[in-house]
Amino acid sequence: MNPSLPPVDPLRLDVRNLSTFFDTDEGLIRSVADVSFSIRAGRTTALVGESGSGKSVTSLTLMRLLSRTASTQVSGQALFTDRAGSTVDLLDLKALPEPAMRRIRGNEIAMIFQEPMTSLNPVFTVGEQIAESVRLHLGLDRAAALAHARRMLELVEIPAAAQRLHEYPHQLSGGMRQRVMIALAMACNPTLLIADEPTTALDVTIQAQILELMRRLQRETGMSILFITHNLGVVAHHADEVAVMYAGRIVESAPVRCLFASPRHPYTQGLLACLPAQQRKRELAAGAMAGVDGKRRLYAIRGQVSSPLAPPPGCAFEPRCDQARPACRDAMPALLSAGPARAARCILVAENLFDATDSA
Amino acid sequence: MTIPLIEVRSLHRYFGAPAKPVRAVDDVSFTIQPGETLGLVGESGSGKSTIGRTLLRLIESSSGQVLYRGEDLGAASASRMRTLRSKLQMIFQDPYASLNPKMRVKDILGEALEVHGLAKGRDAREQRIAELLELVGLRPEHASRFPHEFSGGQRQRIGVARALAVEPEFIVADEPLSALDVSIQAQVVNLLCDLRDRLSLTMLFISHDLDVVEYLCHRVVVLYLGRVMEVGPTVALFGQPLHPYTQALLAASPKPDPEHKSEYAPLRGDMPSPVNPPSGCVFRTRCPHAIDACSTERPALRDMGQGRFKACIRDDIPQVATAQERYTP
Repeated sequence: MNPSLPPVDPLRLDVRNLSTFFDTDEGLIRSVADVSFSIRAGRTTALVGESGSGKSVTSLTLMRLLSRTASTQVSGQALFTDRAGSTVDLLDLKALPEPAMRRIRGNEIAMIFQEPMTSLNPVFTVGEQIAESVRLHLGLDRAAALAHARRMLELVEIPAAAQRLHEYPHQLSGGMRQRVMIALAMACNPTLLIADEPTTALDVTIQAQILELMRRLQRETGMSILFITHNLGVVAHHADEVAVMYAGRIVESAPVRCLFASPRHPYTQGLLACLPAQQRKRELAAGAMAGVDGKRRLYAIRGQVSSPLAPPPGCAFEPRCDQARPACRDAMPALLSAGPARAARCILVAENLFDATDSA
Repeated sequence: MTIPLIEVRSLHRYFGAPAKPVRAVDDVSFTIQPGETLGLVGESGSGKSTIGRTLLRLIESSSGQVLYRGEDLGAASASRMRTLRSKLQMIFQDPYASLNPKMRVKDILGEALEVHGLAKGRDAREQRIAELLELVGLRPEHASRFPHEFSGGQRQRIGVARALAVEPEFIVADEPLSALDVSIQAQVVNLLCDLRDRLSLTMLFISHDLDVVEYLCHRVVVLYLGRVMEVGPTVALFGQPLHPYTQALLAASPKPDPEHKSEYAPLRGDMPSPVNPPSGCVFRTRCPHAIDACSTERPALRDMGQGRFKACIRDDIPQVATAQERYTP
């Protein structure tokens, strides 16, 4: 080992106390509240949560893509280190005015979305769409940009790239469109890729192809990935660090193996326990070859997420939590250290009810 | 062997111009025994929803038969079909689209009762509606609310209550979970399990979520491009898939366990167009084990013993390690 190397990869993105509130007619919606997480260079951090947990709003806030008409109130810091090594706060409108942000978007940070059909422009060929971004960011002329676009399509393993270059999005299958989206995102060789549910609209065999492609591109380019998803199966195999969100807050963060081996927060525990595959694993581990009949029950988290307009007074998960106690209603728990490199937002952690020494 | 509750015989459903049809369902046959839950799995475009709808004659088949207790549904008159529909019901995928937003819950459920002449009289009807709501885990006072006042999971419970209102024997559940969040899915899975046991329902469970199918179904039919690839009892099929497509499908589905490593390379390419399917075996263009003979003959669904069937001409395909083998101590 070379002692001069840093022990861990440097941080690519360090988000500190990010909050995004929307002022609506019905009241203030705390979509994202006090969210902190980081992404190391060349690594993948996953933001996991169910619908309405604030994971997409987090990514849109980081990219400053929230609509200006939405009367948003953003606070906190998002310290981004670009490829030259200088660090800027993405949320600081004074230090990073819109033209400077535009140079970062697409060039340093790229984004892919869930639905590839609605995020591609239907009236331009895919080649033109990729070429546009390299013309803007890399200053290539038309012919060079189109040649670059073709190399990008080859990079994402689109067969007959020269021909596909001149096709429109509707002529491509869902998997091919998502490959085009990735080609578009990779066109300027970004240092951070934000992938917001990139495989949710795809079939499993196509999902496997796209995930494998993203993994290969990360290996080759060393980019970091912020992976936003609700699919814990995908998280298990494609993330290094995981942050679990519930009702706009991070309730637990941990390295992926630790999280799956010993979830600390009752919500994470419930989320993992209610997966049929985990139930099956428990049954098989218990030696029972139970059929599909009989008194089997899947663990279920009871109730539903509270309305963001009327959040519970204390812990947001308390109304659904099996381990709740009266003190949970008093105040929102802080995100507390729950062992090496991990944290959980639960008073049970504060009371040291977990063995802090075990880690996978 | 008992008489199957539902028997599907070489069902075809083509869409579009007869000269160049989209072969959505292409010669599919299977049976469902009373009390059985049959899983229908496949990717989008495999024809699973079309089969579900054709079974209940929500769309007509192009050819082939669907028998309910030996009676050909295709030959049933409109009035006979209406009577039969009280025995054959459906739960739809999207609980936001399948409930009329202008109707109160009591009217949504009451309409089903009224059409089939059940629970006549105001008191009887109100009592039955209250019973149904409790059956699916809602409260009787929810009856006077509108669908928009409920969450997705609660709406799906209303969809289930509507299907159960007419005391059916057979339910087609078409992706009933895919619009719901993970924590809510588990609630609805438990509800379906409970109701199945209490009311001895027979079910066709259509899903692309293999984990749920493995949990819920007795037997599974695997579809690809409108054709049956493999049929078998759930434990055997998931433990030792015989068809290369089933193997690929199982391997591609990521397990929520970072320690579970798959040695598997993803399938290449996309599903071919159902307008112009490959000759012979439709899966051969993506199959890692395809040989020349695969392009010449359309593989028949062969009986492999122990209730297992596969549509593949090769018997020398190596086994893949499935999640189940790994978990078995």
